[in-house]
Amino acid sequence: MTAPLDSRPRGGVGDGFRLWWNALPRPVQWVFGVPFIALLAALPLLNIPLLTTVGTNFGSVMAQFGMIALIAIGLNVVVGQAGLLDLGYVGFYAVGAYTVALLTSPDSPWNQTGPDGWLSKDWAWLAVLPIAMAITALSGLLLGSPTLRLRGDYLAIVTLGFGEIVRLLADNLEEITGGGRGLSQVAYPRVGVTDQFPLGIFSAGNVGKTLNSGVWWYWVSLFLIIVVLLFVGNLERSRVGRAWVAIREDEDAAEIMGVPTFKFKLWAFVIGASIGGLSGALYAGQVQFVVPTNFNVINSVLFLCAVVLGGQGNKLGVILGAFIIVYLPNFFLGRTEILGIPIDGDSIAEYKYLFFGLALMVLMIFRPQGLIPVRQKLLAYGRQLYVAARRRSEEATTSSGPSTVEVNK
Amino acid sequence: MTGSWAQAAQVLTGPVNFNIDALGTNFWQLTIDGLAYGAIYALVAVGYTLVYGVLRLINFAHSEIFMLGMFGQYAVLLLLGFTPSGNVYAEGTLMTIFFLGTAMLGGMVVSGGAAVGLERLAYRPLRKRNAPSLVFLITAIGASFVIQEFVHYILPQLTNNELGGVNAQIPIRLVAPEEQFSIFGATVTNITLIIVISALILAVATDMFVNRTKFGRGIRAVAQDPTTATLMGVSRERVIMLTFLIGGLLAGAAALLYTLRVPNGIIYSGGFILGIKAFCAAVLGGIGNLRGALLGGLILGVMENYGQVLFGTGWRDVVAFVLLILILMFRPTGILGESLGRARV
Repeated sequence: MTAPLDSRPRGGVGDGFRLWWNALPRPVQWVFGVPFIALLAALPLLNIPLLTTVGTNFGSVMAQFGMIALIAIGLNVVVGQAGLLDLGYVGFYAVGAYTVALLTSPDSPWNQTGPDGWLSKDWAWLAVLPIAMAITALSGLLLGSPTLRLRGDYLAIVTLGFGEIVRLLADNLEEITGGGRGLSQVAYPRVGVTDQFPLGIFSAGNVGKTLNSGVWWYWVSLFLIIVVLLFVGNLERSRVGRAWVAIREDEDAAEIMGVPTFKFKLWAFVIGASIGGLSGALYAGQVQFVVPTNFNVINSVLFLCAVVLGGQGNKLGVILGAFIIVYLPNFFLGRTEILGIPIDGDSIAEYKYLFFGLALMVLMIFRPQGLIPVRQKLLAYGRQLYVAARRRSEEATTSSGPSTVEVNK
Repeated sequence: MTGSWAQAAQVLTGPVNFNIDALGTNFWQLTIDGLAYGAIYALVAVGYTLVYGVLRLINFAHSEIFMLGMFGQYAVLLLLGFTPSGNVYAEGTLMTIFFLGTAMLGGMVVSGGAAVGLERLAYRPLRKRNAPSLVFLITAIGASFVIQEFVHYILPQLTNNELGGVNAQIPIRLVAPEEQFSIFGATVTNITLIIVISALILAVATDMFVNRTKFGRGIRAVAQDPTTATLMGVSRERVIMLTFLIGGLLAGAAALLYTLRVPNGIIYSGGFILGIKAFCAAVLGGIGNLRGALLGGLILGVMENYGQVLFGTGWRDVVAFVLLILILMFRPTGILGESLGRARV
């Protein structure tokens, strides 16, 4: 599988911005970045008229966005960077969610929050979080080690099968997972208990006000997104990331050049899986209830769409893709007018998959590389090269017309 | 601690009833029913495998082509004057065969047309732009959404709520299951006979078409090496259209056979899981390989039928997917390998 190569002439607004940003020293990037993140975090509180959703609570929408963004980042490691087509990513999401639910829900036979369990009631969720990630990573290892020797489309169908198997297990193992009834009363961080919120600010019961549980969960997921982004970003610039790109571009060539492809593919799978598990654990904590129907294959497909829509391989792109997928249907829900133009928002929201499918088809024809495409950098030299290229292109533009320096591959 | 582990193991195995006796006593019955189901998978799998062989594309929307075929044959039966009641019509053998044949043709026309239309509207623009394979897959997913939602919301508005919508169609049943004869103590119903015989005829015809005719040689040539085939005067575009057409026609035929077996299955979301299974069947046999798809379909149908008796009804799909993973572990290119394009010596 090859990444979409872009044949457009370089030098648009996006590229100019990218060049400028990449040439900035790290502390300066943080100076710009922190207020931007603060603005993002404040979005649900600002109540901007055209942005806020009408039919549903904007805080919950943003919380959902946070989780799907995490998933998109994880799936991007697998699909965008290592080039492994995974159609069963929802399986990892489900494993993460069910790990938390099985260990903390009173309905589960393995509940550890009871009197003789080893989890305290208030901090159970946080304690289980690393366990959920570890178990999901293990499931990634278990699935990956026999199947990653398969290529391309075979891998796609095997992962799709895995996603279905996980859901069907959750559905069929009724004594453990509650089957179709699901597991309820899953633990969540019980903090900020006041008279107003007797169950804490993270409880699903904290609804209706501007600062509801959705906003709190959004902030948690925003924090986790930043941590995961730093981690994944560093990986991308390391030997591991270079190996992934090499495998994605041409697996045979990578193997010949001495890249242990199987090992790095397995790494991509395991890291992607654990991020999916993290998101699943967030989900279980937020809704405090897991049922198998939430983990249908169709969700895997939606996650993949978020990645491709935003621009596979580009971390910010896939976050944008996740935002579009979560936000757009909710935007139209219950809305009767946009800027004074009357619309029937509810029926648009009802037809969301129709429009969504059409949008995907049109986008793939006109912009197959996604909304924010990835640029292949010469990874080995990274920043120095950017600085040098920028300096030289500036000299070139000041002296003699457009630059001929080709920094991007 | 050991006690709790034993308890955990018991909890884990509790819902799985390992019923080997039932498998032994009903072995032949299960085989025959599984073959009938597998024949339907096989016909749908041919559509996946031919398109993959020629274009290296997982046509994710093929399940929706199959679903449109179900609606197509249903619409033809409505036009022929049947009212949906869920009761079985008794029209006499000859007339029943006539109506079934007409309905099957209707399904085939709708599915074949939809498949060719899909190729023209969705895939051809991408081919002109030399898009990478993931882009094709995403387009196929998008097309799948569009077709499903079209039947879900738009079709009922166009047909005065006769077709489509949230609920499954009330079945029009032409054939009641009736025992014809028995082999090894297993009953063979007329529905099983219709499915197996029609599928056999269609499979043999397709195989002959691909392996014996001039058009078939063109398909195999493009699958083997598109550039050389083009140089030898084979029109690649026409071959691609032809493969989509064959896949669509077979899916339409399979749609009628499926509704005989599952009369309540005509719903907008009814193609999805069957499509995934058929794709599994194609991969099982070796994707791109026509005979592999037919064999894979039959194996999948029979094995999951054994599995659902052995482990319980809920485990049917699990058996299918685990079987797929196991076979791919030992034969990474399927049972018969990818050989649609291999030259015949």
